[in-house]
Amino acid sequence: MHDKTLAELTRSLDAGDFSSRELTQHLLGRIDRLDGELNSFISVTHEQALAAADAADAARAAGKAGTLTGLPLALKDIFCTQDVKTTAGSRMLDSFIAPYDATVVEKLKAAGTVSLGKTNMDEFAMGSSNENSHYGPVKNPWDFTAVPGGSSGGSAAAVAAGLVPAAIGTDTGGSIRQPAAFCGITGLKPTYGRVSRYGMIAYASSLDQAGPMARSAEDCALLLNAMAGHDLRDSTCVQRGVPDYTEELGTALSGLKIGLPSEYFGDGLDPQVEAAVREAIKVFESLGASVREVSLPHTHYAIPAYYVIAPAEASSNLSRYDGVRFGHRCANPVDLIDLYKRSRAEGFGDEVKRRILIGTHTLSEGFFDAYYKKAQQVRRLIRQDFLDAFEEVDVLMGPASPTPAFDLGANKDPVQMYLQDIYTIAINLAGIPGMSVPAGFVGKRPVGLQILGSHFTESRLLNVAHQFQLATDWHRQRPALAEENA
Amino acid sequence: MALEHADVQRAAHLARLGLTDDEAARYVDDLGRILEMVDMLQALDTEGVAPLAHPLDVTQRLRADEVTERDQRSRFQQCAPAVENGLYLVPRVVE
Repeated sequence: MHDKTLAELTRSLDAGDFSSRELTQHLLGRIDRLDGELNSFISVTHEQALAAADAADAARAAGKAGTLTGLPLALKDIFCTQDVKTTAGSRMLDSFIAPYDATVVEKLKAAGTVSLGKTNMDEFAMGSSNENSHYGPVKNPWDFTAVPGGSSGGSAAAVAAGLVPAAIGTDTGGSIRQPAAFCGITGLKPTYGRVSRYGMIAYASSLDQAGPMARSAEDCALLLNAMAGHDLRDSTCVQRGVPDYTEELGTALSGLKIGLPSEYFGDGLDPQVEAAVREAIKVFESLGASVREVSLPHTHYAIPAYYVIAPAEASSNLSRYDGVRFGHRCANPVDLIDLYKRSRAEGFGDEVKRRILIGTHTLSEGFFDAYYKKAQQVRRLIRQDFLDAFEEVDVLMGPASPTPAFDLGANKDPVQMYLQDIYTIAINLAGIPGMSVPAGFVGKRPVGLQILGSHFTESRLLNVAHQFQLATDWHRQRPALAEENA
Repeated sequence: MALEHADVQRAAHLARLGLTDDEAARYVDDLGRILEMVDMLQALDTEGVAPLAHPLDVTQRLRADEVTERDQRSRFQQCAPAVENGLYLVPRVVE
């Protein structure tokens, strides 16, 4: 039961092989048994899950089941969920019970899904290893000495470990794609504005985007169908029709033009990762696609630009945590300034403080033009690189990360950690969609192939990934933890 | 652009973030290296390039000036650390 895709589970539920309640109970049992060491969940919502499963079973019995009715999933703990603790991985929100549902949560509930709980993450989505969580690091299900990636590391690990068939993540600089790559699952960051950010705890608002993490491209398409769409409550959510993302899934790839950005195959790329990615690209050639080299000349400016823009937006977004309206409050404040300063000093972890300080500094008087304005100008050049490349090719492909999952505790230096995101960060600056799909292993650790498209080409990306998954079985590999019976 | 202890303390004060002197000393080093990495941007000629604040060329949607939210004060204040009679409690600001 626990290694099936959403599409397979729907067929089983329709056939009456098992009920949503039985499926939910089975997975909750696995979480209770296996997640102690894995640490992929912050909260497990047993009662709400079983109630939702019963409602789904009743809907199915009444002939009212949709494509996602009764399917279990997990939500990154960045999505507000009514009456459920929502922490963003921070001590600041350890006592925060959200009084409302994020739009994404509302839509997934309306589609009949069954949330099993809230997954672990780097604090306020700031990190690439899940080691920045107040609730402790998450382990990689393929190798407990490795990180699962971040910031949606709990979501990726839970899916890979067979605790839940799919999970929702968010991606500001690679936080869906990199953990999907490290854990050997399929993840999609949609175009900026495709999915509502309402009720999704903000990190960097011009970059943040929610997306699905699952065991196949087909499952990502099913989830995106339910998640995408205009929302009056998010002013940056686009007013644009939502196609059926499964519709293009049968399209052959003959004639597809694939670009390989030369900057994505340069120094710092692990040779075994490169070999796996090049093997994957040969599969596309065998499916009728043509491959050519392209250039994204401003690639190496993406990390510097991001580390101005994202911390600047974060320093502004995180000013709401004041110890007054919600969140952590220090004991016995002597005055209002003391209340603010100590509540924030106690509530935020090290990486969050670092980014608040960088953002505050670069936005402060005398520095704004040299940093923030400059970074926004570079951001336009980075986006233009992609627009130019998509004049020549349909999709871009390369590695999702320069290395497979690294060891827990290996990257102590913040700048070294930031440089890991070299292949994912520019995509958020440009606002385009990107996926990571499993494409092999280095030893025990999975490799992710990244597939990028121009704005609003999710249907094409999902089909390109789907055709690859029809031709390969990397996405069907499971760690020993997930194969365990019972 | 080098970063000094006073810059970190200034940013911490602006961000209302309490830092001990020891912590500030540690952040001088971390932030200095981050800014050094960021300084690579200065090498790029961006003369005449318009800043990009948002990845899509869309304009902000406007809506009718109508009340759309209902009053849910008591519910939203349930997650506040200290409230009384619908008001948030803070240390005395004005004597």
